[in-house]
Amino acid sequence: MNFWRFLLKMDRRIIFVLVGLAVATPLVVPLNLPVRVTEPVRRLYRAINEIPSNSKPVIISVDYDPSTVPELRPMTLAVLRHCFRRKIPVIVITMLPAGAGLARDAMETVASEFPGSSYGKDFVYMGYKPGASLVMVGIGQDFQGTYPADGFGKPSAELDILKGLHNYDDIAMVLDFTGSSIYESWIMFAYQKYGCKVGAGVTAVMASDAYPYLNTGQLVGLLGGLSGAAEYEQLINWPGNATIGMDAQSVVHILIIVLILLGNIAYFVTRKKHGAAQVAGQGQKGSS
Amino acid sequence: MTGLELFWTWVAAFLTLSIYSFLYKDNVFYKIAEHLVVGVSVGYIFTINWFQGLHPYLFHPLAKSGQEPINLLRLIPFFLGLLFLLRISRKYNWLSRFTIALVMGISCGVSIPYTIEARLIEQTKASMIDFTQQPSIWAGICSAIILVGTIATLVFFFFSKEHKGVLGGTARVGIVFIMVGFGASFGYTVMARVSLLIGRLNFLINDWAKGTYHFIFG
Repeated sequence: MNFWRFLLKMDRRIIFVLVGLAVATPLVVPLNLPVRVTEPVRRLYRAINEIPSNSKPVIISVDYDPSTVPELRPMTLAVLRHCFRRKIPVIVITMLPAGAGLARDAMETVASEFPGSSYGKDFVYMGYKPGASLVMVGIGQDFQGTYPADGFGKPSAELDILKGLHNYDDIAMVLDFTGSSIYESWIMFAYQKYGCKVGAGVTAVMASDAYPYLNTGQLVGLLGGLSGAAEYEQLINWPGNATIGMDAQSVVHILIIVLILLGNIAYFVTRKKHGAAQVAGQGQKGSS
Repeated sequence: MTGLELFWTWVAAFLTLSIYSFLYKDNVFYKIAEHLVVGVSVGYIFTINWFQGLHPYLFHPLAKSGQEPINLLRLIPFFLGLLFLLRISRKYNWLSRFTIALVMGISCGVSIPYTIEARLIEQTKASMIDFTQQPSIWAGICSAIILVGTIATLVFFFFSKEHKGVLGGTARVGIVFIMVGFGASFGYTVMARVSLLIGRLNFLINDWAKGTYHFIFG
């Protein structure tokens, strides 16, 4: 068996090992490859930078479950850090039951990094509430009617951050981090119905679907996958897990490109030889 | 890292490796981890739904309905919700259709106008180019590409006439744009899947291996 045939019949477990090594090696020995900030990420950064400090709060909707944590948690933390650093009040909510613990964990992680911030004044966790679309519409009608208590059962009326907050008019922006199409519902209800700005952080799989909303101005900015998170970490100058992971991401992409090229070359080379052999075989049959 | 944290880190590492062992072949460790994921997920989601959904918004207000009779109105959605459970009855499963119809009706009524606005009208508006309003030549070229791509792709999905002549040529251009779209999606998908692997290997290397080393050797 020659090299090209070996490539085509190679045990897929060899590829698994190669990919595993390509990911693990940069994690152990960082390459510190540069991360270039793209315009969609910069737009979200600028939009958050334009929100005055200690003014209207932002809603951060943590709509992901453990299956997409490696991509979405770094961007949630990066944006939360940016808001906390700029003293923008933050309301953390989730539309997924599996996201409740993750939302609370992300909020508490960042809050612990800013000792001056206080719960109920600078940030609040409203927890999970069923019926995503109706919750979004409800926020537009009466926030405290929709969320009579926070995620710990404390009445909303007793929380400083929610005093004077009636609907989307009193909210600077909605930021949704999700591995599903919930961000489209935020666009429809928060932006289209009530005119509230919406930004999104989505998994890389969904990023290409989200670009049309960015292009039409329905999203103020967009973070796509781990690279989006790493770019945002660059902008706030706070390297985290996304920046660490981007070295591995680059190495694996090179590996996959090489494998795709080799696979295609092997396919065409073996097909050519196979075709030539078939023609030769037919010629022999014809002469005999 | 405390001893308890290290214990749970080891449990997580064991489950991660159990799941990845499937890449070699199906085995009992993979099965254990798989069943654990399903069981824990269902239990967790039920608990969250109870404590952050059913209890605060239904059962707790109903228990206080003696003081606030208006809370009795919550019996209506409660009853409609119970009808959902009749799906498991062969005789009475038709009753669940009332609830399904209500949910479908409300969802459609709430969503359709804004779906059309967000997905159709806004997208159509963005495809219309005013060459006098472009901030740069490059922006104008990009807008032109979007316009050509939108029209050519729409033509590709126009099946009422055979794709020949001008129509066929435009449809072929549409295929090119569709393929570029698929390529972009594939690239992003690879990045997403690799990100998940990075997340797990990052945990195994930095949290599990290094955490254990530091716990033992200080």
